[in-house]
Amino acid sequence: MRAEPSVLPLKLDSLSFAVRDTVLIDRISMMVRPQRRLFVLGPNGAGKSLLLRLCHGLITPTAGRIIWADPERAPRAQGMVFQRPVLLRRSVLANLIHALRLRGIGRRTARRRSEAALDRFGLRDLATRPARLLSGGEQQRLAMARAWVLQPQVLFLDEPSSQLDPAVTRLIENMITDFSAEGMTIVMTTHDLGQARRLADDVVFLHRGRLLESSPAESFFDRPSTAEARAFLDGELLW
Amino acid sequence: MGAFSAAFELIASGDPVLLEIIGLSLRVTLTAVLIGCLIGLPLGAMLALLRFPGRSGVVVVFNALMGLPPVVAGLVVYLVLSRSGPLGPLNLLFSPTAMIIAQAILILPIVISLTRSVIEDLWEEYREQLRSLGSSRLRAVPTLLWDGRFSLVTGILAGFGRASAEVGAVLIVGGNIAGHTRTMTTAITLETARGDLSLAIALGLILLAVTLTLNTGAYGIGQWGRRAAG
Repeated sequence: MRAEPSVLPLKLDSLSFAVRDTVLIDRISMMVRPQRRLFVLGPNGAGKSLLLRLCHGLITPTAGRIIWADPERAPRAQGMVFQRPVLLRRSVLANLIHALRLRGIGRRTARRRSEAALDRFGLRDLATRPARLLSGGEQQRLAMARAWVLQPQVLFLDEPSSQLDPAVTRLIENMITDFSAEGMTIVMTTHDLGQARRLADDVVFLHRGRLLESSPAESFFDRPSTAEARAFLDGELLW
Repeated sequence: MGAFSAAFELIASGDPVLLEIIGLSLRVTLTAVLIGCLIGLPLGAMLALLRFPGRSGVVVVFNALMGLPPVVAGLVVYLVLSRSGPLGPLNLLFSPTAMIIAQAILILPIVISLTRSVIEDLWEEYREQLRSLGSSRLRAVPTLLWDGRFSLVTGILAGFGRASAEVGAVLIVGGNIAGHTRTMTTAITLETARGDLSLAIALGLILLAVTLTLNTGAYGIGQWGRRAAG
């Protein structure tokens, strides 16, 4: 898909994050491999979102290391889609252009690439609409398009469809599959186990800030090795 | 009541002295607002976004300067522009330019402080997303100024209100010279003191009308903007 060298794998080495004395991420070591769809699963408060934010560089770890294969390029080679996307108070098209302009891309190229993204994601009819006034589903599709237009190698998605209805969820899942087919690496959290079963190649399971399992998706879903993961998959409340 | 009917007659007949005073007032105040915005909007946004030593001190100073008495601002500009002052050779004292400078000084802290507050709130909301997209804090300044445009109108309006209503600063640095530096507020002061109430009342009514019109317009823009841009 792209000629530039890969910034992956991404290695986390005993990564920790604490606020005062509360340890929220506890010595997590794991690997994000290129062109896979990695799902971070776990009960509420397990630290899933936090882990994504640490990887993406939005938060600084209090201990441990984040090691990209190409640290120089890593910042520009990643994108993130949030649970509640923050769109600018501008048109749909202007939101895409702004993201490209932040990367130092010229006005005309930015416009051309944004228009292409509109066409690709079926947002053409919404081009001039104020982004803030779109429906929740349209907003998330725009957020996905905005992430895509920057052509990241890795895309972090933090429960991207948790507030959307099934039809839009399906659209978002299709987008994720397409991105992945283009060679994009996906790191995603969800509390929709069906979604994880549909999309995941690999799973890491977090519980209270600790990584309890890291395995290919089938083996995680079929033969979870910890009692916590079994309880989680059985739908029991875990704290 | 005679003064009131005379005032309405002045307005209705388009009295040239009246029109000249109104014209000068608007020119001075609007120019001062423009200058205040050109400097104050980016500065306020930078104050909201950038972290540097002494930042809290700067924030407090600008907050305090919002209450700067106009006569004090006038006095400072007077001292700077007077013949023996540092900018004396420019010969600006008792000119509309001097009045614009004085009013811009009054407007600036208001625009800076209100912009800072609007942009700080906006940054709270946008921070993660913008950082994820690779925006530095400095680069976020234009982004947030544009996205906060409808909220910022309020701050600009407050600046306009302060400048159009004040009399102390323009009186000191302008000198209230008829046909040259006489504004609505200085004229009202003078005419009231002289007992010529009709001109004072006419100017008072116009000043009220201008303020009301601008506020209505700004309110409308704000409402429309929120509906149109979310």
